[in-house]
Amino acid sequence: MNSRELAWEIRKKTLEIIHNSHSSHIASIFSVADIIAVLFSEILKLDSKNPKWEKRDRLILSKGHAGLALYVALQKKGFFDEKFLDTYCKDGSYLFGHVSYKNVPGVEVSSGSLGHGICIASGMALAAKINNQNHRIFTIIGDGECDEGSVWETALFANHYELNNLIVIIDHNKMQSLDFCENTIKLSNLADKWKAFGWDVFEVDGHNHEELKKVLQNTENKKPKCIVAHTIKGKGVSFMENNILWHYRDPQDEHYLKAMEELEKAKP
Amino acid sequence: MRETFFTELYEIAKKDKNVILITGDLGYGLFDKFRKDLSGQFINAGIAEQNMISIATGMALEGKKVFVYSIANFPTFRCLEQIRNDVAYHKANVKIISAGVGFDYGTLGFSHHATEDIAIIRAIPEISIISPCDLFEAKIAAEYSYKNNGPFYIRLGKGKNGNMEIKRNNFDIKKAFEIRKGKKIAMFTTGSIINEVIKATENLQKQSIDVAIYNFAMIKPIDKEFILDSMEKFDIIFTLEEHRICGGFGSAVCEVAAEKSKKARIIKIGLKDDFTFVSGSPDYLRHINEIDSKGIENIILEYTGRKGK
Ligand SMILES: Cc1ncc(C[n+]2csc(CCOP(=O)(O)OP(=O)(O)O)c2C)c(N)n1
Repeated sequence: MNSRELAWEIRKKTLEIIHNSHSSHIASIFSVADIIAVLFSEILKLDSKNPKWEKRDRLILSKGHAGLALYVALQKKGFFDEKFLDTYCKDGSYLFGHVSYKNVPGVEVSSGSLGHGICIASGMALAAKINNQNHRIFTIIGDGECDEGSVWETALFANHYELNNLIVIIDHNKMQSLDFCENTIKLSNLADKWKAFGWDVFEVDGHNHEELKKVLQNTENKKPKCIVAHTIKGKGVSFMENNILWHYRDPQDEHYLKAMEELEKAKP
Repeated sequence: MRETFFTELYEIAKKDKNVILITGDLGYGLFDKFRKDLSGQFINAGIAEQNMISIATGMALEGKKVFVYSIANFPTFRCLEQIRNDVAYHKANVKIISAGVGFDYGTLGFSHHATEDIAIIRAIPEISIISPCDLFEAKIAAEYSYKNNGPFYIRLGKGKNGNMEIKRNNFDIKKAFEIRKGKKIAMFTTGSIINEVIKATENLQKQSIDVAIYNFAMIKPIDKEFILDSMEKFDIIFTLEEHRICGGFGSAVCEVAAEKSKKARIIKIGLKDDFTFVSGSPDYLRHINEIDSKGIENIILEYTGRKGK
């Protein structure tokens, strides 16, 4: 399955599961679907038969409310079966609305409170340096998440310790929980900010798989790497795009049918 | 409950320009009217709870009456030192409002289960804690916290839990309130879990077990006098909370009771010392943690000798 097919599977399965479980954050998941698909298809060194393989790359989903995207990717890559995935948000399930490690093969850490995952990733990167290990540590954060002070604390830290094995991908969809970032807390030019903190910064279209692949494959950076991925919240379903309602709402009835129809048309 | 609380706050803020509402990027749809009509009194501080609490302190020290809103553990744990050092130590006029108690956000998982907040906030001096059980108490909580200068923590139920209304006259938020009479056995409860108690006691009634119910809207300061009197009056007192047993409401009751040795024993009902690792509806998560009506009923039966463990 190539990255484009995986991205499509993530969106389709997400739509079904969110519809069935009446859960939230579909737009946040669609926003990050291409990034996760490229990581799983082309970049991450993982072994589904041995999820704790020491030399694996680590992926920390700091914007944990998009955990379903990670779960679908892990399922498609053989970490667990579809029946387990379908328990999402049901009574007694280990899969719920924020990504969680407990009894879920392939998940490194739980998140859900924003501004934690990226800092854990820094710690893992430093440990890898100390242990002389060559794997890389990837973490995905939201742009709204950049409101949190802890994000900038770790930005200073990673620069100080020259953690060039750490790659932060910002899902820069320009929206957060109630409104656009611009109307909430201005981020101005995010790339400039990370540059000023001493990082190697790249800007890409976060839905363009070629661009994502190129920047993620490159391992020549001497400094920690920040990829500002310009994305659209709700990407893939026209009426969800850039509409804050779909941070919360689960698609039912005509919304569900219309969304499914649009996705089917876009099948690679 | 949230709607009731913030409708009341809207009315208060309309009359008092010094009332400020700050949200930590949450409350979709909840503040539309407030934001529109009172835009000068509304701030979205973004996803930055530590900053939000210190900003609230700064504004309060300059004469504002600041209500801060977020959900679950974000306005407490995430900014605990800001609450202790800035808000509490300076007795700043800041009211911290959290929506979603216990398992209200059940399917969002452990990060959103608010199950230790009472214990942790209770340990900090100067902060009053209100835990409304219904819409009536939620409304009073808004009024009372506005009228009384100083730090408050208010824990609001979300969703269907707590969305009932228990009618009452002569209500004093500082006092335990009698919901149901009884002789030997009493249940002290707080917050929106009250629906489970009412159901459990109705079932027990059918088995000729009478349980008195007293609700505590205010956990700190707590109604000491009433607790001490009850220690004389009842044989067994159960306490119930949608929160960990350790350090919470039941512990607060025990701390008072232990001051004087009296006749009753106290049995705390709440969450054990372990995380809930699974997803589920609030009803389901209450059930597996044995704080639903059936679980409550079973514990009462066990301690009244009607049923072996
Ligand atoms: C510390 C913390 N505060 C508040 C929240 C509630 N919350 C969940 S998602 C979200 C918005 C996130 O925006 P962003 O990081 O831009 O991600 P997006 O969903 O837009 O991709 C908020 C405020 C949280 N999860 N953690």
